[in-house]
Amino acid sequence: MTYLIHGDTGDWEVVIGLEVHAQVSSQAKLFSGSPTAFGAGPNSQVSLVDAAMPGMLPVINGYCVEQAVKTGLGLNARINKVSVFERKNYFYADLPQGYQISQYQHPVVGEGVVTVDLADGTTRDIGIERLHMEQDAGKSMHDQDPKRSFIDLNRAGVCLMEIVTKPDIRSPEEAGAFVRKLRSILRYLGTCDGNMEQGSMRADVNVSVRLVGEEGYRTRAEVKNVNSVRFIMQAIEIEARRQVEVHESGGEVVQETRLMDPVKGETRPMRVKEFAHDYRYFPDPDLLPLELDDAFIEGIRASLPELPDAKKARFMADMGLSAKDATTLVADRESAEYFEAVAARHDAKKAANWVTNDLFGALNKAGLAIADSPILADHLSKLLTLMDDGTISGKIAKDVFEIMWETSDDPEKIVADKGLKQITDTGAIEVAVDEIIAANPGQADAVRGGNDKAIGWFVGQVMKATQGKANPQQVNQLLKAKLKG
Amino acid sequence: MMSDLNSLTIAEAAAALDKGGCSAAELADASLAAAEAASGLNAFITLTPDIARERAAASDARRAKGAAMGPLDGVPVAIKDLFCTEGVPTTAASHILDGFVPPYESTVTRNLIDAGAVMIGKTNLDEFAMGSSNMTSYHGPVKNPWTGPGGEDLVPGGSSGGSATAVAARLCPASIGTDTGGSIRQPASLCGIVGLKPTYGRCSRWGIVAFASSLDQAGPFARTVEDAAILLGAMAGHDPKDSTSAPREVPDFRAAVTGGVKGLKVGIPREYTMDGMPAEIQALWDQGAQWLKGQGAEIREVSLPHTKYALPAYYIVAPAEASSNLARYDGVRYGLRVDGETLDDMYANTRGQGFGAEVRRRVLIGTYVLSAGYYDAYYVKAQKVRTRILEDFTRAFADVDVLLTPTAPNAAFPVGAKMDDPIAMYLNDVFTVPANLAGLPGISVPAGLDTDGLPLGLQLVGRPFDEETVLRAAQAIETAAGFAALPKYLGGQA
Amino acid sequence: MSLDKNDVRRVAFLARIRVDEDDLEPVARDLNNIIGWVEQLAEVDTDGVEPLTGVTGMTLKRRDDVVTDGGDPDKVLRNAPDRVGDFYAVPKVVE
Ligand SMILES: [Mg+2]
Ligand SMILES: [Zn+2]
Repeated sequence: MTYLIHGDTGDWEVVIGLEVHAQVSSQAKLFSGSPTAFGAGPNSQVSLVDAAMPGMLPVINGYCVEQAVKTGLGLNARINKVSVFERKNYFYADLPQGYQISQYQHPVVGEGVVTVDLADGTTRDIGIERLHMEQDAGKSMHDQDPKRSFIDLNRAGVCLMEIVTKPDIRSPEEAGAFVRKLRSILRYLGTCDGNMEQGSMRADVNVSVRLVGEEGYRTRAEVKNVNSVRFIMQAIEIEARRQVEVHESGGEVVQETRLMDPVKGETRPMRVKEFAHDYRYFPDPDLLPLELDDAFIEGIRASLPELPDAKKARFMADMGLSAKDATTLVADRESAEYFEAVAARHDAKKAANWVTNDLFGALNKAGLAIADSPILADHLSKLLTLMDDGTISGKIAKDVFEIMWETSDDPEKIVADKGLKQITDTGAIEVAVDEIIAANPGQADAVRGGNDKAIGWFVGQVMKATQGKANPQQVNQLLKAKLKG
Repeated sequence: MMSDLNSLTIAEAAAALDKGGCSAAELADASLAAAEAASGLNAFITLTPDIARERAAASDARRAKGAAMGPLDGVPVAIKDLFCTEGVPTTAASHILDGFVPPYESTVTRNLIDAGAVMIGKTNLDEFAMGSSNMTSYHGPVKNPWTGPGGEDLVPGGSSGGSATAVAARLCPASIGTDTGGSIRQPASLCGIVGLKPTYGRCSRWGIVAFASSLDQAGPFARTVEDAAILLGAMAGHDPKDSTSAPREVPDFRAAVTGGVKGLKVGIPREYTMDGMPAEIQALWDQGAQWLKGQGAEIREVSLPHTKYALPAYYIVAPAEASSNLARYDGVRYGLRVDGETLDDMYANTRGQGFGAEVRRRVLIGTYVLSAGYYDAYYVKAQKVRTRILEDFTRAFADVDVLLTPTAPNAAFPVGAKMDDPIAMYLNDVFTVPANLAGLPGISVPAGLDTDGLPLGLQLVGRPFDEETVLRAAQAIETAAGFAALPKYLGGQA
Repeated sequence: MSLDKNDVRRVAFLARIRVDEDDLEPVARDLNNIIGWVEQLAEVDTDGVEPLTGVTGMTLKRRDDVVTDGGDPDKVLRNAPDRVGDFYAVPKVVE
């Protein structure tokens, strides 16, 4: 499924690299003790350090270091035992220090790999170049006042992990799949909540194009701060097409930073002076090199949860699930946990069916996340038990499921309250069978005459008469005995 | 205005307070009166009489209850206006910090408050501590209480010139400063008092307006080595708010002072003999070695081959760090704002007008040496040379316990001199800068007078965190030198 | 490596320090004086030498993930030259 742009001069391939900024789920900021909570009043989550008051100094949050290392391990990446914080110097209204403390030459995490799952069921490995820790900037608001911009430093100093891929991505779909997979891994690890709406995760998208078969890379442009999977995919399409047009019209793509306008469906260059991007990185003299020992790294490795790829492999090998079901179930940690809770007491395939078809179907329709499911895993598990032990039929189970969805009630209670318990008393079923046969002599004759299809009609009638509660196997046996016996 | 109280050392004041010979309130008043009378020296940017009287009264109350906290309790101290002090304007002697009142107290000044010291004011300095003469202050130059042979005004040295002048002129028994390339030791030498730069990491940098983070270190000025030890003991200590603060116990520095130098191995670095150094400085240095030898020390020549490169390395590293440290003065959150059409205009106007010439010069140099294409050739090279300098010291300290050198290549010079030749000015720190680059403790002790009757200091440099040996050797010099000359301006009187 | 007027213009912009067009030349001369002097470092053999990263031989201390600060907008805003409500205000930025 090669993604190509068919230009006038030939077919163009897209080369994409992503820089994903993921906010570490910590209580306090990377270098100060102020909180990271989202949505607080302006400048209420700001310490003197964040506001870069004279003489204020950074002290690193150890938890953030742990989360970065944990994420690195989750990305199958090398952990660097010595890393260095450097200052990236530039002036901007929401950058109080006049520099961002980041990691440059010596990041805490080196090369790794993420396997992404594509729609056609295939997978592809995307290389990770590095992961480094850095401070977030504050927020500027430009539309409150005709002459001024307003600055809120609540985000200033929040710990970000910048995860940089190799230029391995070749299509918008792969980019989307990568971001979804990355988000899933971060959520499994618990290192980032992956909430793109609140800005906990956002991406800079580096795009270049080249003719199919061409070696090397052409000049790339960077689309900054894209904050949803859909926009990332859209930005790639728009920017790649723009670059093809530039190349084909004899122009030159310039290395620059661009912003996406999703409404107009275009990207445009940011207004910056030509040499503004001379960041004058140098090691932050307020901080010493960050040194990690083996015990620290191995302790974190030992605490890692089972990650989606491993889980998928286990679901397929040990539980016999299809690749499709397994992929769906491991896509996020909550789904996998839900499924495993149900499958713990039931046939895995049956559990997978109920979870992926009935439950996910209902959730999708309602636009709900698994965490918001009105049906608890324990309740779904009980529903399956009620079927397994013959208390209700599969058909009744579907009805009970509907009621569970509406009421969040325990299925045992629903079955009891609504009297949905299957009738297994042969005498009671026999009365119903006899009544139906007596009332439908013509149909009965048809069956006796060899029309087996008509038996099905009788089963339906009996089930109807018993409001579906009769055990269908018993009904079948009785009908056969009475009409053909 | 000059009362007997003004001439007391810390140790003497503490004894007088203990014996009831005077009160902290009287000491504070004497200091404040002297400081006001000496306003012509321009040693202070801000006097804090209300705070001084309040803290003095609290000290007297503690003492009355028998709860005095130690030798600094009730002693007047002047604070370089580079330390942020809660509720008191803090200027770094720069126009750009106009109106800035920190809502916080630096760790070092907090430690002094906790020891009972009484702040009488914030002293003048070179703007952002960049200078060796106190001529770059937005608030005007400080005058050395010593005057030239023709009565001309002299600089006190810098950057902590106000703090040095305040102690030399007997406006208060002690003060604190910061030393990035010699900013405590050089003015101490030029003013005839004791000035100590501790090991990097000994005193917290939290709340000190940063100049060059890898070099800045706070330290005491006093008139005796013992006083310097007392003050250092109160200032020092691990601070979790400073990642470069050393997690070490603070030794009893005062007890170390009297240890003597018998058997101490003292190194004389041969590379400190420089072309064009005045003969009297060389003579004083030789004399210092003889004094130590006379008290039982062993004198050895050592080699610090990269000494010559310390100053140029410093003038890459310090401006580079400063260019970044001073980026926060942007007219947005505090201090001066000079409006402009755009944000960039506002920045350039604010910083163009808010910074003085020397600060602008250093920020531009620092920006240049870090910029694309020059970083490796200048900044990385300088940091490698710094490694070489550190190696030199490590090798020397395998052989000797402490190094003896002159503090500065000259005595105090006239106000306004050397201003048109920055490199000539920078050379003032040629003997002090290496200790900053290597993070080592150093002290300047007044040792004699030059032919013009101006004070000259000798410097002792020790191993990392071995201030005790430095103090011990310093006191041996102090004892032998018996420096008793007095400046012209004393306690506000000429 | 000596600076010309363009270098000074570039560096002054990076440092956000206003240097008037007429002053570019004298500032270049002034900076070249110092840059020329520090270039004597080229004489030092630093082959195989690591640049210094710290003098104290310490490693980076880490603090606990505990909220100990914030919650006082006035404390961080009270020195601001221009403030609107609890925001800092700056000349309008066009992105
Ligand atoms: Mg980026
Ligand atoms: Zn980043």
